[in-house]
Amino acid sequence: MPDPKEHELHKRRKGRNYALLAVLAGFVLLIFAVTIVKLGDAAGNPSAIAW
Amino acid sequence: MTTLDRTAALDALGTAQEAEPRDYWALLKPRVMSLVVFTALVGLAAAPTGVHPVVAFASILCIAVGAGASGALNMWWDADIDAVMARTQKRPVPSGRVTPEEAMGFGLGLSVIAVTMLAVFANFLAAGLLAFTIFFYAVIYTMWLKRSTPQNIVIGGAAGAFPPMIGWAVATGGVSVESILMFLVIFLWTPPHFWALALFRNEDYSKAGVPMLPVAAGDAATRKQIWLYTVVLAPISFAPAFTQIGGPIYLATAIWFNAAFIAAAWRVARRDEAASTADKHRAEKKMFGVSIVYLFALFCALGGEAILRAVIGDYAPWLVLF
Repeated sequence: MPDPKEHELHKRRKGRNYALLAVLAGFVLLIFAVTIVKLGDAAGNPSAIAW
Repeated sequence: MTTLDRTAALDALGTAQEAEPRDYWALLKPRVMSLVVFTALVGLAAAPTGVHPVVAFASILCIAVGAGASGALNMWWDADIDAVMARTQKRPVPSGRVTPEEAMGFGLGLSVIAVTMLAVFANFLAAGLLAFTIFFYAVIYTMWLKRSTPQNIVIGGAAGAFPPMIGWAVATGGVSVESILMFLVIFLWTPPHFWALALFRNEDYSKAGVPMLPVAAGDAATRKQIWLYTVVLAPISFAPAFTQIGGPIYLATAIWFNAAFIAAAWRVARRDEAASTADKHRAEKKMFGVSIVYLFALFCALGGEAILRAVIGDYAPWLVLF
C-alpha cells in the first residue's frame, strides 16, 4: 500500500519549497553584497550614497 | 480517513495541477529573458562610466526578473491564444499546471520587486524605464495591440528594445544618443525578424485569430514590409560605429551582417507564397536564422569594443563623429 507521505504531490511541494528557500537565500545574499559595496563606496564620504 | 482514501484524495487533487519550480521558470520565458540579459549587459558595458561588478550583477538580475515578470503577465492574458497554437499549448497556464490568477500574481509581484530593487541598486531612471518596459509589453502590446492591429509587432517591438537603454541608464543615470541608437537597432530589427517567422507559422496565428501581418494584409504585403524595414535598419545599425561605443570592429561586423541580412531579405521579398510553400519556406527560415545571428553579432561587437576600450583605451578616436 503506498505511503501517503511519499505521494507525488508531497514531492512536488517539497521541490517548490526548496526552490523558494534558494531564491530567498539568494535575495538575502544579494542585498547583503550590494549593501557592503555601497557602504564601502561611502566610507569617509557619506554623500557618495545616492539614496 | 484511511491511508487508501488519503492517497485517492491526493490523486484527485490532481498531481497535474500542482506546479513544479520549472513551471514558474517557464512562466518567465527564459529564452526571451536571455536576450534581454545579453542586450542589457552590452548596454551597461558600453557605457563610459563604470559600475561596481556586484551592483552591475544585481541590476542585470532586476532587469531579467522584470522581463520575466512581463512574460508571466503575457502568459496570463494570452492563455486562450496559447491553448490554440501548437507552439504554445504546453505552456504552464494552458496546460493547467498554473492557474491564470497565479500567473498574474506571480507577474505582478515580481514586477514590483524588480522595479523597486533596481531603484535601490542603481537609480530611479533605470527603474522607471524598467517599469515602463513591463507596462509597455504587458498592457500596450499584450492586452491592446496584439489582437487589434497587424502593426502589433512594430509598436510592441519597443518593449524588447528597451533593455540596452536600461543597462546604459544603470551605468550613466541618463539617456544619450548611443542608448537611443541601440534601442532603434532592436526596434527596427523586430518586425522583419517576426514577420519572417510569421510567413512560415501563418497557420498558427490564423487559428488563434492574431492579426499578424501575413494573416491581415497578405503574404505579398508582408514580404514588401520585410524588405523595407531591413533597408531602413541598415543605415541606423551603422550609426553606433561612429559614436563613442562603436569602432572598427563594430563597423566591420555591421557591414558584413547587414549584407547578409539584406541578401536574405531580398530572397524573401522577390518570391511569392507558392514558391515559398514549394520549398517548405526555405528562404524564410533562413532569413529568420540570419536575423537572430545579425542582432547577436552586432551586440557582441559592441561588447567587444567595450572590452577593448577597457584594456587599451580609446583606440580609434578618429571614428567618433557624434
